[in-house]
Amino acid sequence: MNALVEFASVGFTYPQPERTREGGFTLTDVSFGIADGEVFGVIGPNSAGKTTLLRLLTRVVPAERGEIRLEGRPIARLAHAELARRVAVVPQDAPRPFPFSVEQLVLMGRYPHGPGRFFESDDDRALARAAMAATGVLELAALPLEQLSGGERQRAMLARALAQEPKLLVLDEPTSHLDLRYQAETAALIRRVNAERGMTVLLVSHDLNLAAEVCDRLLLLSRGRVARVGPPAAVLERDTLEAVFGCAVSVEVNPVSGRPVVQVAWPQEVKRSSLAR
Amino acid sequence: MSAGRRLALALALLGGALALVAAISLFVGSAALSPGAVVRALAGRAGAESVESIVTLQIRLPRVAAAALAGGALAVAGVAFQGLTRNPLAEPAVLGVSSGAAFGVVVAQIFGFGLSVLEALGVATFAFAGALLAAAAVYLVAVVPGGLSIQTLLLAGVIVGIFFTSAITVLISIVDFNRLGGVVHWLLGNLAPIPAASLALFAALSLLGFWLVLRHARELNLLALGEEAAVQLGVDAERLKRRIFVAAALLTGTVVAFTGPIGFVGLVVPHLLRGVLGQDNRLLVPTALLGGGIFLLAADTLARNLVSPAELSVGVITSFCGAPVFVYLLRTRYRVSL
Repeated sequence: MNALVEFASVGFTYPQPERTREGGFTLTDVSFGIADGEVFGVIGPNSAGKTTLLRLLTRVVPAERGEIRLEGRPIARLAHAELARRVAVVPQDAPRPFPFSVEQLVLMGRYPHGPGRFFESDDDRALARAAMAATGVLELAALPLEQLSGGERQRAMLARALAQEPKLLVLDEPTSHLDLRYQAETAALIRRVNAERGMTVLLVSHDLNLAAEVCDRLLLLSRGRVARVGPPAAVLERDTLEAVFGCAVSVEVNPVSGRPVVQVAWPQEVKRSSLAR
Repeated sequence: MSAGRRLALALALLGGALALVAAISLFVGSAALSPGAVVRALAGRAGAESVESIVTLQIRLPRVAAAALAGGALAVAGVAFQGLTRNPLAEPAVLGVSSGAAFGVVVAQIFGFGLSVLEALGVATFAFAGALLAAAAVYLVAVVPGGLSIQTLLLAGVIVGIFFTSAITVLISIVDFNRLGGVVHWLLGNLAPIPAASLALFAALSLLGFWLVLRHARELNLLALGEEAAVQLGVDAERLKRRIFVAAALLTGTVVAFTGPIGFVGLVVPHLLRGVLGQDNRLLVPTALLGGGIFLLAADTLARNLVSPAELSVGVITSFCGAPVFVYLLRTRYRVSL
């Protein structure tokens, strides 16, 4: 399999004032590849560098050291629109000062395919409708985003990313705002997109069990460095996780899928003292 | 209905309304001309030196054109600043950019720039520089890592506005007052007749700014999702922001140079249009050009006739309309977007 994305000794440091913000610090010597057609997960504790890695890959910030290549070409030499035709991001919920409708949002995914166009073409509109149908938001097309639930909004953003027709679909913490049912639906959607459309998927998540379940390979980040890369069973291993996350965990095997399941080894119950009433 | 059709329909309706308001504005005024006399003057069948010709062609017509241009340019500047800052309350006066431009104009007047076309271009250049300076100052005061917060941006605009207004007062105090005769009246917005050649310059600069914003209307929609999202969708956000910044400053500077700092047009008109057309900047930018013209023309017609034969400053009318809209937005939209 060919590598779709390659990180070669990538390093990045946020400028001083941003260092206090969440996710802001240093990435050091990060190297890995994502194969064409795989589902790849990036996991790690808060502020391990997951968000920074995603920003580097989408050129929101430039890499300071090393090189990031897409289909063998350095992304620093791609125009923004060229990159956006190949890589689409489903973001976490973002602030929205202006209430655009679902359809308007999804049509924005067509921008990189015709940046010089003033209005979208008929083809663009057809593709947007197909994307909305695929994620089940077609009947919400005319509604402003504000009126949607968290799960519906997420599916609208996913529809936008599908309308972008990328080679690589990046999901940034897709389950952070969703209840159990939507978590299950998200896992199903990732599999469907990967199998039916042949899209390579990059899942960035702190949800270890979702990542273990849907990903072919995982990258575990720790303090801006690569701690492990490999299949879930090799990465989600007790000693490694305890060192990276700094707490006791237990790792079992899901009897249905055979994938690892990680749980916090909760502290033993402490007997209540008679004073603490 | 597709966006293109909606735009065509909206433009047709607004174009008709603009023609109607312009016609009304031509027919009413403190000089009691009969409608027939106005028509005669417009048709060129009245003598060149006749009262109806002078009033209609040399006073009312240039004023109608100036009002329509200034209103349109200010409304487009409002849409541009709102898109740039992702803040529905942003507009040239609220952000203090008008005050910066006005400071530039006062400096130009101290240098003795007059009314000829070349001198008008000089005044407009000073106003543009002042607008850029004020907008840059607001941005530097308000920006924090991760973007612009609505509250900080508005406060920065107020502060910068006060600073430049004070600077203007200082200039007026230390420079021979007679040389700056009309300044005080002008500071409230003044649509006094402009010579035809200067009017053409006014139109050219306004349309240049309008075209710059219109070209990037689709990208402004993506910027509304946040800078990071815009970049990930293929927009060169840094370049876009620079261009919109320059275009909005150009529009503001131009209007202030020719008509003075008229407030709130850039707030009221885009807000009304958003209510009808939604948030798509490709619809808002062109309709704001016409809608702003209608609004300022109507405001100026009121200003000329409410207390006739005296005259109110047009800025008074727009502020009376704009302040309540600002408060309404502050109490509603501003809250949800927090």
